[in-house]
Amino acid sequence: MSDRNLTFVRREMLPAREPPTNHFGIVKLLREKLFNNWLSALLTVASLIALVWIARSLSPWLFNSVWSANSLSECRQILGGAEGACLAVIRDRWTQLLFGFYPPAQYWRPVLAFVLMLVAMAPILFPPVPRRLLWFSAVFPGLAYWLIWGGTLWLPVSAYAGFTVGGIVLRLTTRLGSGVAVGLAFAGALAWWFLASGPVTTVLEQLLPLSLPAVTSREMGGFLLSIVIGVTGISLSLPLGIVLALGRRSTMPLVKTVSVVFIEFIRGVPLITLLFTASLLLNYFLPPGTNFDLILRVIIMVTLFATAYMAEVIRGGLAALPRGQYEAAEALGLDYWKAQRLVIMPQALKISIPGIVNSFIGLFKDTTLVVFIGLLDPIALSNSIRATTDWQGIYWELFIFIGGLFFIFCFSMSRYSMHLERRLKTDHR
Amino acid sequence: MELNLETEIDRSRMRVSEEVAIRIEDMNKWYGTYHVLRDINLTVRRGERIVIAGPSGSGKSTMIRCINRLEEHQAGKIVVDGIELSSDLKNIDKVRSEVGMVFQHFNLFPHLTILENCTLAPIWVREIPRREAIETAMHFLEKVKIPEQANKYPGQLSGGQQQRVAIARSLCMKPRIMLFDEPTSALDPEMIKEVLDTMIELAEEGMTMLCVTHEMGFAQAVANRVIFMDQGQIVEENNPHDFFNNPQSERTRLFLSQILRH
Repeated sequence: MSDRNLTFVRREMLPAREPPTNHFGIVKLLREKLFNNWLSALLTVASLIALVWIARSLSPWLFNSVWSANSLSECRQILGGAEGACLAVIRDRWTQLLFGFYPPAQYWRPVLAFVLMLVAMAPILFPPVPRRLLWFSAVFPGLAYWLIWGGTLWLPVSAYAGFTVGGIVLRLTTRLGSGVAVGLAFAGALAWWFLASGPVTTVLEQLLPLSLPAVTSREMGGFLLSIVIGVTGISLSLPLGIVLALGRRSTMPLVKTVSVVFIEFIRGVPLITLLFTASLLLNYFLPPGTNFDLILRVIIMVTLFATAYMAEVIRGGLAALPRGQYEAAEALGLDYWKAQRLVIMPQALKISIPGIVNSFIGLFKDTTLVVFIGLLDPIALSNSIRATTDWQGIYWELFIFIGGLFFIFCFSMSRYSMHLERRLKTDHR
Repeated sequence: MELNLETEIDRSRMRVSEEVAIRIEDMNKWYGTYHVLRDINLTVRRGERIVIAGPSGSGKSTMIRCINRLEEHQAGKIVVDGIELSSDLKNIDKVRSEVGMVFQHFNLFPHLTILENCTLAPIWVREIPRREAIETAMHFLEKVKIPEQANKYPGQLSGGQQQRVAIARSLCMKPRIMLFDEPTSALDPEMIKEVLDTMIELAEEGMTMLCVTHEMGFAQAVANRVIFMDQGQIVEENNPHDFFNNPQSERTRLFLSQILRH
């Protein structure tokens, strides 16, 4: 063999070309995923058969469904022995499943609150919505409380005034140092809520009555209850979880210990235990005669529970950030809170989105546990519907309806989180 | 290690004044019980360009990170711009906003655009109006020759471009001292030059610079003092000409022979 010539010189650079067609779309899917060897071909065919079988066995039940009947026995008469769903129960009792025993004449109030909730969420969830609408998001909790529970509008107004009092105190005392100022502002707000708020509400109500008929917590139920507990828990557990996660990573021993103990304690106890504590034990600890609303107690417990999980999820996000990000923020002169707010948290929260939404969905579904302490969540209502003579023995139809509604909420959350992840994707990895 | 610096270096504005920018006195630092920095004494005058060299683990990065308190020292004294570094958070933040720092891995904020990276600190620390901060940022991005990338995200830029953004980001705070912690070590050879050119330009404008680097060509061209560190102490300190041609200590000679051989 003679000396090989090792020299190669490219005279022209190659232009980019289209990839071959069989590497695209349905052809690729069939060739590479569904029928690429005999085993996967077999599995593909088997799955198709299974799908068809499931559809065939479910469809008569769904398509024969009876929508107008007054009882299960009437349903069965209409069906005359054929398989079929008795969805008449939904038609008969859907308001109960949505609102519990809320007075029917006042249904418009929770419905309006729900619509306003969507408006309030819009500027938070979707940036094209003008940021100015955020003031409405801030006002919404008070407004929703008033709409759902009724009573005087002046109660939430004076509760909000407490924040204003705190803000004014903070502004007046900033010169004394930020720690002192925050403490004083807190004390000011508490003083307002405990001392001034009550009389002020009474006086304002006498001057200008703005009242809706009061509805007690006992009358609320169904999805109204689930959404009230779920949404409050969700919107409180995220900020509290952030604070707790920062506390757990703090270098101050006291802050760190308190956070760790709180998180580990709450995570180590089943939610149902906390709920029983809320419904039964709290009565022993609180001064006699205190009437502490049961829904409020449940909301507090559910929030604490979700907060502990949230803190751990966010801590995971914080731990995933490279040290360089903290150092760069510090080197630019950003103080701890500014660095957290502008550099660390936006990234840590983005990393944690799947975990955060996971917790949200879990929390929302856990609201059905309140059935055990006598609150009327959708499951409890399905039991009480079944307890009537008309609908004795009906299971599937109710559970499918309840499951379907829960699915809509949870699936929307999941889709939104995927949308958010895509929107925040800036790393182009 | 020949660095071909095509641009002729303009030394007209590279003047070292008598004013002291940084004074480090008998500084010691431990990681746990490990003694990383031992009796460091260093005085940097305004306008000086100091290159710090040494084998890895010699404490050179740790030393410059002590200057803006990314690392805490346990004994001795560091005075930056007349402010002594102690545990007083106010002093630390003041020093940090006067001292710019460029990292080996750039550490740009990946969730912000290039422009937002550059305006973040001026807006939130210096409390400059947004419009003005954007103008300053664009000015410095032009200076590092990437104004057209302003609205991209760091992940879309090459390493060299990212490092130049990092330099621009520090400059937007109008620092009086710049610290460079191995700014070219994570870059491909093709990109090293563009970053060094930016740093040379900065030196020509009279910026006080402390630079940990292995780019000996840069040291020869720009530095007015080279510091060699080993085992947490300053082993040799000299002007670049003597440092490279006539090193005094055995340890320095060995180090130079190793890095200059290939």
